[in-house]
Amino acid sequence: MIYSVYIINKAGGLIYDEDFSWNKNIEEHTWQQHPIPLVFTADTGRVLVKFGELNSIKPGYSVIAVNRQSVSGTMGPADKPIMEMINNPDCYPLSLTFGKGKVGANEKLMLASMFHSLYAIASKISPVEGSSGIQQLVTDEFSLHCFQTITGVKFFVIVDHKQTACEPLLHRIYELYTDFVLKNPFYLIDMPIRCELFDQNLRRVIEQVERASAYSSATLA
Amino acid sequence: MIYNLYIFNPVGQCLYYGEWERTRETDMSQDEEFKLVYGMLYSLKSFVSRISPATSDSFQSYQTNNYKLSMYETPSGCKFVINTSVEWSSQAINEILHALYKEVYVEFAVKNPLLSLQDSIDSELFKSKIETFINSRIREM
Repeated sequence: MIYSVYIINKAGGLIYDEDFSWNKNIEEHTWQQHPIPLVFTADTGRVLVKFGELNSIKPGYSVIAVNRQSVSGTMGPADKPIMEMINNPDCYPLSLTFGKGKVGANEKLMLASMFHSLYAIASKISPVEGSSGIQQLVTDEFSLHCFQTITGVKFFVIVDHKQTACEPLLHRIYELYTDFVLKNPFYLIDMPIRCELFDQNLRRVIEQVERASAYSSATLA
Repeated sequence: MIYNLYIFNPVGQCLYYGEWERTRETDMSQDEEFKLVYGMLYSLKSFVSRISPATSDSFQSYQTNNYKLSMYETPSGCKFVINTSVEWSSQAINEILHALYKEVYVEFAVKNPLLSLQDSIDSELFKSKIETFINSRIREM
């Protein structure tokens, strides 16, 4: 599964990002009456569980839907603040859907420049000569694959552990970038990418690669 | 190949540093290098937890074209960081680091009442145990 694609220019600025499959570990729960045995906070622009645990809902989970209607920020359906609905006994029975909220636009800009510097430090602390930056990063839940072009543009994808063929995917994305972004006469180099053809083709390639990967793992199993 | 090993205590002080087949020397002092490595791990940890699609996640390793850095963090926050060549599997490295923690660090550093674990460990016994432990693993590989 491919979670997201990021493109960073040579100065470390984020010029493209797109989430594909997100909202992993969605958890829905309905409460018949007030109160909910969890403590919520709305300080960070979304409603998060601050304290308490219930089934697999843990602190850090955010509310992504109320009564099966998706929410934006801290506002629920009909522009009612979610916190008010949670605290108002008249709103029950209430159903909340929890998941990890999407990474915000500002946070993504920060993460991109952070990766840019991590990439540089990785070659600086190398114990052997001639090391590149981070090409692959593995965590418990995902792996990140990065490809840097000779002009310094970095492409990276975030995928789950089952996803195969990430290097070819990055090269395909680079190909799309050269074909639909660089050849676009209205595109200014190093600026955010807003090209419809690029979006469309990227989505097509991601779908293809995901299907191919799902097929190969199915035949292996 | 195993290049080098860092052990950091929970506050970021380097307790032990050893190198085996490291070929490149850095242009900075050793102390600066420890700070850079620890600082990088700290940022990596925050990067991973923020970009991750899952609600809780932890960094395991990264690799470049010619080396691989892996980290094992104990529940108390002690970090074991090892740089190896890229052929080593994550699983093998994880086993080594866990065994190093269990068989060497706990036995010869934590159980030694004369060591404070606030500053770099200057116990000859501990150092020689790590040397023999890593050398035996290099030979196995």
